[in-house]
Amino acid sequence: MSSKIYITGLGIISAIGNNVAESLDALSNSRSGVHKLRHLRTRHQDTIPVGEIDLSDAQLIERCGLPPDFKTTRTALLGLLAAREAATQAAISPRDGLRTGIISATSVGGMGTTENLWLDYLNPEKSGDWLKYIETHECGDSTEFIADELGFKDYVSTISTACSSSANSIMYGARLIKHGLLDRVIVGGTDALSRFTINGFMTLMILDTQNCKPFDAERKGLNLGEGAGFLVIESEQAAKNKKVLAELSGYGNANDAYHQTASSPEGAGAYLAMEKAFKISGLKPTDIDYINAHGTGTAINDLSEGTALERMFNKKLPPISSTKPFTGHTLAACGGIEAVFAVLAIQNNMVFPSLNYVNPMPELSFAPTTEIQKDKVIDHVLSNSFGFGGNTSALIFSRHN
Amino acid sequence: MEMEAYIKGTSVISAQPTFNTTDFLTEIVETDAKYLNCIEPSYKEFLNPIMARRMARIIKMSIAASTTCMKDAGIEQPDAIITGTALGCLEDTEKFLLAIIENDEQFLTPTSFIQSTHNTVGAQIALQLKCMNYNFTYVHKGFSFESTLIDALMLIAEGEAKNILVGAHDEMRDKYYRVCDRIGYWKKEAVSTMQLINSASSGSIAGEGASFFVLAAEKGANDYAKLRGVRTFYKPESETDIENKLTTFLAEKKLKPEDIDVVVYGFNGDNRFDPIYHKLKNNFFKNSSSAYFKHLCGEYQTAAGFGMWTAANIIKTQTVPAAILIDQAKHKAIKNVLIYNTFLGTDHSAYLLSAC
Repeated sequence: MSSKIYITGLGIISAIGNNVAESLDALSNSRSGVHKLRHLRTRHQDTIPVGEIDLSDAQLIERCGLPPDFKTTRTALLGLLAAREAATQAAISPRDGLRTGIISATSVGGMGTTENLWLDYLNPEKSGDWLKYIETHECGDSTEFIADELGFKDYVSTISTACSSSANSIMYGARLIKHGLLDRVIVGGTDALSRFTINGFMTLMILDTQNCKPFDAERKGLNLGEGAGFLVIESEQAAKNKKVLAELSGYGNANDAYHQTASSPEGAGAYLAMEKAFKISGLKPTDIDYINAHGTGTAINDLSEGTALERMFNKKLPPISSTKPFTGHTLAACGGIEAVFAVLAIQNNMVFPSLNYVNPMPELSFAPTTEIQKDKVIDHVLSNSFGFGGNTSALIFSRHN
Repeated sequence: MEMEAYIKGTSVISAQPTFNTTDFLTEIVETDAKYLNCIEPSYKEFLNPIMARRMARIIKMSIAASTTCMKDAGIEQPDAIITGTALGCLEDTEKFLLAIIENDEQFLTPTSFIQSTHNTVGAQIALQLKCMNYNFTYVHKGFSFESTLIDALMLIAEGEAKNILVGAHDEMRDKYYRVCDRIGYWKKEAVSTMQLINSASSGSIAGEGASFFVLAAEKGANDYAKLRGVRTFYKPESETDIENKLTTFLAEKKLKPEDIDVVVYGFNGDNRFDPIYHKLKNNFFKNSSSAYFKHLCGEYQTAAGFGMWTAANIIKTQTVPAAILIDQAKHKAIKNVLIYNTFLGTDHSAYLLSAC
C-alpha cells in the first residue's frame, strides 16, 4: 500500500488561461478573467460578470483535435483539454502496464447542451444526428469521453457534491491508490457555464453584479465561472524515477448538516473537514504556509469559512487568499482548478493575491493577501472547497523532498 | 487489507411490494406498462406534511428507505452517508429547466434549483439526522452505486467508519422516458415483465427505485450477508476479457466459478446486452444457479441496488424465489452469490456476497 500520493501532472483551463503556463502568468500579474459574457447567450448577459473561457465550442473542438461535427458538450471538451495536459506532463501511457483511473466531477453534466435542445428532444417531428447529444446529459458522460479519448479505462467514476465535487474526486482517487486498487489516477473536475446554473444562482440572489470581493466587508456575492482542473496522482512505486511536482498529504470530508444551501455561521462542517485533513497529513496548522480559501465572496460563505479558519488556526493565519476573483466560481471544477494553483504556489514559492479586497470584515481578525508574494518558501498549502448540501472538503498539498 | 463489510440493514422502495415487509418476492406485480413506477409508502411517519409537500418524490422515497434501513440495522446515526445516482433529482431539474425555457429566464424561484443538485438526497438525509460525518455522492451512469460501495468498503478498511449508510436512487419520469426512447433505450412493443427475459427485440423496460443499505465493519446477530467486493469493468473488450477479470476477482477471494452458488444477472430483455449474460450463464458459471431481477424493478442506472437487495435476501433466506429463478436450481446451500450487471453494455460490474 502506497502511503504517499505523488502529483506528477497538472492540467487546467479557465477564464485566466488555456493551460498551466497561461494560468500562472495571469495569477502572477493579477490579471482576472472575470468579464462580461461573450459566448453564452442569456438574458443576464449585461447584468453579471462571469469567468467565461474566451473560446467558442467550435474552437474547443478544434483544440481537442476532433472533427468539426463531433457531438459532445462544452463540459467534456474543457475536461479533455485539462486532463490531457496533465497526462502529457506526467508522461503516462495507457500501454505501460499500470492501472490508471479517471475520476472527474461535475455539477450539471451536459446541461449546457440539454437546455438548448430539450424541447427538440421532446418533439418527435424533429430529428437529426443531434439526438446523439441526449446521452451527453448524464454527469458520467464527460468522464467516459475523457477516458476514451486518452485511453485510460481501468476505472472511471464521477462525483457530484456541488461546489466541493472535484476536491472529493481528488480525495477518492488518492484513497483508491492507497488501497492498492489503482496505481495512478487522473483526478479533478469540469464544469461549463449554462443558463441553468446562471439562473439558479440568480434566484438565490448571491451573484455580485460587480467583480466579487471575497472576505471584504462590502462583498455582494460570487461571480460564476467555468473550467476544468486535473492532476495526475500516482503511488510511490508508479512515480519512481519521475519528477514529482508535489504531494497530496491530507484530505478531509464532512457535512455541515445545517441547511441545504447555506453554511452554518460557525463553519462547523468546514472545521471538521480541515481537522480530518490535518489528521491524515500529520501536519499542524502552524505548518501551513498558504491557505487557498473557498472564498466565494458571498456573505454567508466567507463568514462561515473565516470563522472556522480562525478557530482552526487559533486566530494566527498564514497568508490566505481566494483565487475566485481570477476564475470566477467554477463550481464542481473549482477544487481541481485550485489544486493546480496550490501546486503552482509550492513550485514557485508564491502566494497568489486575493483581488478586489478593500474593507476588513468586522467579524474576522485576518485580512487576505492582496499583492502577489514571492519572498517566502511555500511548503504546505491548505485548499478548501465547500458546497450546497453541506458538503465540505479540505485538501493539503505539500512540497516533495 | 481486507475490504469487506456486513450488510446489516436494507430497505428498498421499488415497483414491487418490497418496502417494510419480510416477504421476499413471493408476491410480485406483473405488468406490461412501458415503465415501472415505485409503489410509494405513506410518508407520514417519515416527514412532516409541510416538508413532504415541498420535497420531490425521489427525495421522499429515499428518506423513507434510508430511515427504514437504519431501523432495520438498529442504528440511529451512520458514520458516513454515501449515495449513488445517475440522474439526481430529475423532477426538480426538469421543472427548473422548463421554467427557464418557457419564461425566457424570468420569474424563477429557487426551490427547484436548490433541490435539483445531485447531492440533494445525501444532503437531506444528513440534515434530517444532523449527521456531520463523511458525505459523498457518486453520479457515474452504471457505476454510480458501485463507486458508492467501493468507497464504503475503503472507509471500513481505513477504520474511519463502523456503520455506513449507502444508497442507490434514480427516478423515471414521463419526459425523460420519451427523450431516452428516441435513442433506443426502451422497447417499442408492450412486454409483460415476466416475459422480458424471453424478448428478442432491442430496448428494455424503464424503471426506478430507492435502495438503501447499512454496511457494517463488525459482524452482527441479524446480518443479511457479507459484501466481499465490487469490481467495475468499463467497456470490456470481449467475453474473454470479462471472464479473465472475473477469474482474477474470484481468485483474490480464493474462489473459483464453481464456488458461486447463485449468479444474479442483470438481464433486461435487450437483445443488444443480454447475450453477455447468456454466455456467462452457459459457460463460465455453468455450474451455478441463475437468477435475474430487472424484470421486477425495470432498467435504470442504479438498478443494481435492487440487485444487491435481491442477492442479500437470497443468502439470508437461503431461497431463490420462483419469480427470479432462471431454469432449474443447481445449488444446495447458498454460500456465495455473485451479481453481474451491465448498463448499456459499457458499464459492467460484479459484486460478490457471501453468507456470514
